[in-house]
Amino acid sequence: MFKRFVQFLMVAFAASAVAQANVLKAPDVLVKEVTEDVLTTLRTDPAIKAGDVVKTAELVETRVLPHFNFTRMTALALGKEWRATTPEQKKVLTEEFRTLLVRTYSNALTSYRNQTIDYRPFKMGAADTDVTVRTQINQPGGRPIPLDYALEKKDEGWKVYDVMVSGVSLVTNYRETFAAEIRAGGVDGLVKTLRAKNASTAPAPVPAAASAAK
Amino acid sequence: MTKTNKQSNFNIRSVLAATVAAALFTGCATSGNPKDPIEGYNRAMFSFNETVDKAVIKPVAQGYDFVMPDPVQTGVSNFFANIADLWTGINNLLQGKPVDALSDAGRVLVNSTIGILGLFDVATPMGLEKHEEDFGQTLGRWGVGDGAYVVLPILGPRTVRDTFGLAADIYVDPVRDADGHRGYRNTAIALRAVDTRANLLKVEDALEAAAIDKYAYVRDAYLQHRRSAIHDGNPPREADDSAALPSENLLTMEPLESTWTMMLVGAPEAPDVDVANASGSAVEPMDTAAASF
Repeated sequence: MFKRFVQFLMVAFAASAVAQANVLKAPDVLVKEVTEDVLTTLRTDPAIKAGDVVKTAELVETRVLPHFNFTRMTALALGKEWRATTPEQKKVLTEEFRTLLVRTYSNALTSYRNQTIDYRPFKMGAADTDVTVRTQINQPGGRPIPLDYALEKKDEGWKVYDVMVSGVSLVTNYRETFAAEIRAGGVDGLVKTLRAKNASTAPAPVPAAASAAK
Repeated sequence: MTKTNKQSNFNIRSVLAATVAAALFTGCATSGNPKDPIEGYNRAMFSFNETVDKAVIKPVAQGYDFVMPDPVQTGVSNFFANIADLWTGINNLLQGKPVDALSDAGRVLVNSTIGILGLFDVATPMGLEKHEEDFGQTLGRWGVGDGAYVVLPILGPRTVRDTFGLAADIYVDPVRDADGHRGYRNTAIALRAVDTRANLLKVEDALEAAAIDKYAYVRDAYLQHRRSAIHDGNPPREADDSAALPSENLLTMEPLESTWTMMLVGAPEAPDVDVANASGSAVEPMDTAAASF
């Protein structure tokens, strides 16, 4: 009886996975769903509303990040320097850059959680594999801020590989800084700098994690 | 901090002089970024601006942000934005976008009347979208290259081209031109400055969280933002040269360049950097830029 139940669950799980893989969500629908979902949580969750940074990061981690391609982002940020790195360095760089972006992104989300988001009209061809979804943050007392997502089509679905605020890419904006770090101390120097930066901005309630990162 | 406040004008000027002098001595300390040939001076001016901001401008903006209720702040922002829409429209016309220009004129008309002297932005909900144009963008549209990056005292990041653009913007500024009402005029200019700074308070936190080298982060964000603004939010994507061979970057050069570029310093767009590196003749633009200062 129990065995049959487990079998049923497994089949159901497999079926849902297949269904998900077959029907790729359109990129604009994906961006809208994830944004609305996250904003709703940001506005309603009592802990996050009270300023719990760890919880906010957790929210971003579980709901937003699965839709991001961090390896591509890191490659984009390093530009031609990326080719000269070892697979091991690529892995570490991606990890550290990911942490940095998550912090930045969570920070921005919390500052703007009470703003409304508009989704600009979106058009794409059936064969497109690289698109930009445009949104804008409307803030009372200020001009709307354009927030655009560049997505690429992967087997698992559309993945965000760049985020642009007012035309400024959060990814490529690091290029010159990264290049300068690499010129000064090599790729390992850049890794070290990223680690130090991440340690300095680690959320306060977990000092153990911060010191471990060093 | 109180010290700085007490020792008025004269001291700010001598600090400025010292900063510039220090910058000249450290002027050679560039990291070889072709877009930023006077990095030594720029970094010094950047930290001078940061100091002034921290001591004076930011506290005032924070006070303003704290005291003024949101609707009032919105009204103030809208009021100045409405005045700016005039110049935006003229620039759109100069850039060969008559439809946008007409929409800007419509905005001014609607907001100045129904919107009560521009205090309310009723034009946006009516479908007349707000544009941001200035003379620096117009020059860029006409094919003038960025020129070197330069940090101006107090005013902050610009490029050589945008500095010329800024001079034109200031020259035609209707607020500055409000003759015969000197008292109001100066108050208006100050209020606009404070309002602008207050609007940036939120961005700043995100900036602190993101930047590894704040100077470089602000510089590159400014350059990217201007590039996007000149293309009205649709700039051609920068080359992802993480996979390409250096020679392939030649293909990403922009057709936008013209003889105008020759009048200022080179390197109008990012891909150019790679071109310069690839051909091994990247040095000349820097020298020209240094000479022009």
